[in-house]
Amino acid sequence: MPSLGADMRAGTLIAWKVKPGDRVKRGDIIAEVETEKGLVEVEVFEEGVVDQILVQPGEKVPVETVLATIRSEGMPVTPAATVVGAAVKERAPTGAGPEARPSLEAPHPPSQPPERRIRVSPLARKLAAELGIDLSTVQGTGPHGAIERADVERAAAKRLAEKAPTPPVSEKPIPPMREKPAATEFQVGMRRAIAAAMARSNREIPHYYLETRIDMSRALHWLEAENQKRPIKERLLPVVLLIKAVARALGDVPELNGYWIDDRLQPQEAIHIGFAISLRQGGLVVPAIHHTDLKSLDELMEALRDLITRVRAGRLRSSEMTDATVTLTNLGDLGVEKVYGVIYPPQVALIGFGKIAEQPWAENGMIGIRPVLTATLAADHRATDGHQGGRFLEALNRYLQEVAKL
Amino acid sequence: MNGNGNTQMIQLTYREAVREAIREALRKDDRVFLMGEDVGHYGGCFAVSKGLLQEFGPERIRDTPLSESAFVGAGIGAALGGMRPIVEIMTVNFSLLAADQILNNAATILHMSGGQFNIPLVIRMATGGGRQVAAQHSHSLEGWYAHIPGIKVLTPATLEDARGMLWTALEDPDPVLIFENSNLYNMEGQLPAEVGPVDIDRARVRRPGRDVTIITYSASLFKALDAAETLAREGIDAEVIDLRTLRPLDDETFLTSVAKTHRAVIVDEGWRSGSISAEIAARIMEGAFYELDAPVERICSVEVPMPYAKHLEQAALPQTETVITTIKRMVHF
Repeated sequence: MPSLGADMRAGTLIAWKVKPGDRVKRGDIIAEVETEKGLVEVEVFEEGVVDQILVQPGEKVPVETVLATIRSEGMPVTPAATVVGAAVKERAPTGAGPEARPSLEAPHPPSQPPERRIRVSPLARKLAAELGIDLSTVQGTGPHGAIERADVERAAAKRLAEKAPTPPVSEKPIPPMREKPAATEFQVGMRRAIAAAMARSNREIPHYYLETRIDMSRALHWLEAENQKRPIKERLLPVVLLIKAVARALGDVPELNGYWIDDRLQPQEAIHIGFAISLRQGGLVVPAIHHTDLKSLDELMEALRDLITRVRAGRLRSSEMTDATVTLTNLGDLGVEKVYGVIYPPQVALIGFGKIAEQPWAENGMIGIRPVLTATLAADHRATDGHQGGRFLEALNRYLQEVAKL
Repeated sequence: MNGNGNTQMIQLTYREAVREAIREALRKDDRVFLMGEDVGHYGGCFAVSKGLLQEFGPERIRDTPLSESAFVGAGIGAALGGMRPIVEIMTVNFSLLAADQILNNAATILHMSGGQFNIPLVIRMATGGGRQVAAQHSHSLEGWYAHIPGIKVLTPATLEDARGMLWTALEDPDPVLIFENSNLYNMEGQLPAEVGPVDIDRARVRRPGRDVTIITYSASLFKALDAAETLAREGIDAEVIDLRTLRPLDDETFLTSVAKTHRAVIVDEGWRSGSISAEIAARIMEGAFYELDAPVERICSVEVPMPYAKHLEQAALPQTETVITTIKRMVHF
């Protein structure tokens, strides 16, 4: 049972998507799990053949319980490599051979002693259980790689930051939920997660804010022409242009794409834009659009549709909940003009978009009416300075003037 | 009691503090007397009782034959008869000759008599190695005695405890063993002139700290405090606990400390196997397992008969440097 949130202690297995004998590869969805955050699809991180299903649908089990075993290709049926969903993600693949790799505190198949155990101090173990941290994902810094309290605290801070939704700038009141009594607890948990991440952000991150007005007439003109050529189902939304332009601009100013961890900026090569999506029942989540910069506009549109559908249905994948390297929040639909965001730690930047509205625009000595978008950047002053932030907004503007090249 | 600035401080040694404690007891209570080998005319093997014979006379300061079993047994009998004897055994090494009296009589008579006869006996003895007196005269067996139900085991390290524990021990209705580490007798310091008895059932935090708890007692306390000072300069904040009493152990104080620091190291001059340090480590497992962020470490004497050669003897005993390196490894700075 993977840990899918800092406050998650147990999950209910809803359905298996595989059965013994099925071949699975990295990224396959193997099961659905009900958590406080809703229904989550469990990905697998190893290749092999499903050997044994150990937890049946409907069972509620603690985090780190072994759900099923997977055996590597060509290996005898037992012993099997153990899979604990996302928990396996961080495990070194070396030596992943046939030996049993039981997860902590998981019931082992009888007469199969653990050959390798994660070294973890009792305090760290207790803390990890309290915080819902999967110990197999924690890097130990103690003797012989033992996980100590400080390691768990670091992992918790990182996870909390990654899991909690992005700060809504103007918070919508949480509407009452009559049809789903469980939602109350869910909302409380989410609110708590948002509160923790945002309080930490405000406490630790020295924000600086930059804003720029962007003339969107060229972009919208191109989009209109493009959409006319397409069947309705394949039409693009303006936000796709914004997402792609942000990804390109981050390519130019990579310092804004990454994490501030251990007192230093750790820029990330991959650009996974976390896109804030509000939930109907209140609160929001920020799933990552993986490799945003490498996706075409069509692929992005498809990814966005898919994400929004799945978010609203409560079917996010674990990796989408944890991988965002930067956050984009678009509140233009609500009529907001400018967004001053709160950065989602340990990320170092948040890009906000207001509405695109007609405004007077002076250019070349002439005043015209143009569709204008206000883009803002909230950035971590520990990681970058206003100069880089300015370069980013300048690049963003440049890409939005030439959207055909996106 | 003596908290105001008017208190007069006196300079004295640990030896003098023990002597003052005995004098006070002799003065306060007619039932108190001191007996042991050479405590009278010679003034005590470690000169603790020097001058007491002249001051209190041979009735109350009694030299005994070289027969530990006999004079400890006599002490038990005197205690049964209503006296408050202080029996001095020269060193813990010779106490083994009286082990039968201590374990089979002093510790059990209350039980064997169905609660009719208690033994208000105090036995003092020197303990510890480090003085180049070789394998038969360098034992630290206080941890051994702490194994025995029915007695109390005190290990005063500070001047205040050397001065204050004896009277409280004499007031105890049951046998109390006081272990004075012979390396401490010459330690000098200041005490208020009017210093009084101290409790004998609580450990003390001698130095508060955040990062690691050093649990120790007797002469090792000062090695631990020295180590803590060195570590402090390197940013490691060690808490030092002086157990003071090995039986009954004050679990609460060290468990509370471990719950704060999450790391514990025990410095014990006894041998490691089956030692009081093993008992403390076990109690930490029982009472603070989920607070531990590192394995409990123990620094004990090397398990060899104590060498005579100075460098070998020092190598066999717990040392400040070992405490420092062990803690650095635990905290991995």
